[in-house]
Amino acid sequence: MPSRTATIASSVGLHARPAALFVKQANESGLDVQVARPGEEAVDATSILGVMTLGAKHGEQVEITAEGKGAEQVLDALVTLLETDLDAQG
Amino acid sequence: MADEERTHRGIGVSPGCAYGPVVLVSPPVRAPEGEAAAADPQQALTQVKAAFESVARDLEERAGRVEDTAAEILTATALMARDKGLLKAAGTHLDEGEGPATAIESAVSEFVVQFEALGGYFAERVADLRDVGARAVAAVLGVPAPGVPDLAEPSVVVAQDLAPAETAVLDRTLVLAIVTSGGGRTSHTAILAAQRGIPAVVQCDRALELPVGALVAVDGDLGTVTLEPGEAFVADLAVRNERRTSALDGSFGPGRTSDGHAVALLANIGDVADAEAAAAQDLEGVGLFRTEFLFLSATSAPTLDEQAEVYAQVFAPFGRRRVVVRTLDAGADKPLAFADLGPEENPALGRRGLRLSAERPDLLDVQLQALAIATRETGADVRVMAPMVATAEEADWFARRVREHGLPTAGVMVEVPAAALRSRHVLADMDFASIGTNDLSQYTMAADRMQGALSELLDPWQPAVLDLVAATCAGGAATGTPVGVCGEAAGDPLLALVLVGLGVSSLSMAPSRIPMVRLALSRHSLPECQRIATVALGARTAAAARTRCLEQAVVEITDLL
Repeated sequence: MPSRTATIASSVGLHARPAALFVKQANESGLDVQVARPGEEAVDATSILGVMTLGAKHGEQVEITAEGKGAEQVLDALVTLLETDLDAQG
Repeated sequence: MADEERTHRGIGVSPGCAYGPVVLVSPPVRAPEGEAAAADPQQALTQVKAAFESVARDLEERAGRVEDTAAEILTATALMARDKGLLKAAGTHLDEGEGPATAIESAVSEFVVQFEALGGYFAERVADLRDVGARAVAAVLGVPAPGVPDLAEPSVVVAQDLAPAETAVLDRTLVLAIVTSGGGRTSHTAILAAQRGIPAVVQCDRALELPVGALVAVDGDLGTVTLEPGEAFVADLAVRNERRTSALDGSFGPGRTSDGHAVALLANIGDVADAEAAAAQDLEGVGLFRTEFLFLSATSAPTLDEQAEVYAQVFAPFGRRRVVVRTLDAGADKPLAFADLGPEENPALGRRGLRLSAERPDLLDVQLQALAIATRETGADVRVMAPMVATAEEADWFARRVREHGLPTAGVMVEVPAAALRSRHVLADMDFASIGTNDLSQYTMAADRMQGALSELLDPWQPAVLDLVAATCAGGAATGTPVGVCGEAAGDPLLALVLVGLGVSSLSMAPSRIPMVRLALSRHSLPECQRIATVALGARTAAAARTRCLEQAVVEITDLL
């Protein structure tokens, strides 16, 4: 299954606005996307509550995996999103 | 409609008048106890999903009507309501044989536990998540959504009772007044409304029968709510408001009687925001700083540095004015996550206040150390007192600890009748005392102050309570210890005259009550206050005490009450 590792760039970590944008984009892909801290149990990337319970902070790494058609492109886009400081924008 | 039917009577707990349309706050909804399992879990899941969806749409609709930050929060909360993980968890509970509303509550609890474990930002989202759950439960049960509805225009908020959190977030510009059918003189609603200057009436009869949208006039002094008052009534209300305002305009500066006897007028505060608001007003300092707020919401004990920083923020705005700090008053009904001594049969009579400090002296020591640091940093006039003192040994133990930390001024609260009766001995080594009339009434009358139905017994005009105030003042006079009052009684302009007549030298209250008390004092001499106090002590009932004192006070003042 295709996977990527991304470093959280948002200063507040993966919650609030960054988490909401990440979940929205995962939802829009229509694929089964999972996210996890390295070596830990994965959560559904389309669940805001699930993503928030990861408690991933600024500078920490997460692994994302996706299953299905166009998974590679979806993952690339999600990595770009996570590695952007989303909190700095607006 | 007869006038009498249009007038709803209650207890005025926060002064001022208001006129506007009624909005009704629906009570919180819980899943029914022992809710039956869903006959068809699959179909129930569809219902639950529809409930969450309607909550999400409602939140998004509200988000569309507000701006920026508020909209973003509502949108994020809507995302929670549509969360697949939450729905999946609810589905699991349905399969396990829970009813739809119960399954929603169970699913929400699972995430609440995880969020609370994460702490910080996540713990703060718990309230949002619980709100989503409560709204979904209401939706699935087909009852109105709980909580304060969005206010489109300035309104009179009517409720059975308000949770402290609900009162705290009310927008002062949109809430003209608060009316509750429950609550009591010393309930959180009453205290917070007075603190924020919102007129309020509690224990109001037939309050929940007030039709939504109907115009009502609220009088937070008299404790009346008038449904669809005539033009003349509203005009009269405006005139009365006007007369009060112009009378109060001429009232400023330190509190004193007409013959120049000083009575310090002080504020009751609970946090930094209160401190900043109070310090900007014409008052002489703080008579009661409740320090619980720092502790009650914390999952671990606040550190020395955290406490010192917050105390300094509270002290700084007051400059050289006095700040009386009450050490941690928790335990029993206000348990601390990090110092829970376990459930008690009678929390009000349990290990609370100083009794908790005796059991956990480490908590008290850190607090005193932090207070000492903040005092040094700000150069403030800080005085420290202990809650729930019953004996001379307890008072001495506390004072010794306070002074060991380099804090020069130690006092006790007089809330327990034992301390009032033996004040001559309890106060012997104290620098000051402060009577908490709310708890003193509760313990004197053996009436739970959270029981709205017992309001009459809890009336601070009860002669037995006044006797104990007199006893405390006599003890204070014998030992040369100044005695203040920091309960609700201090903010009643008429009762304030009685208290001063009994020998009280400072009055601490919600800041919004100070101007009227100052005016009342300025129109009476000390001997007049003493005469009024004698009349109050001579009355057989609370009602008679008040009525007879009204007759004794000057008309210029009683006309405004």
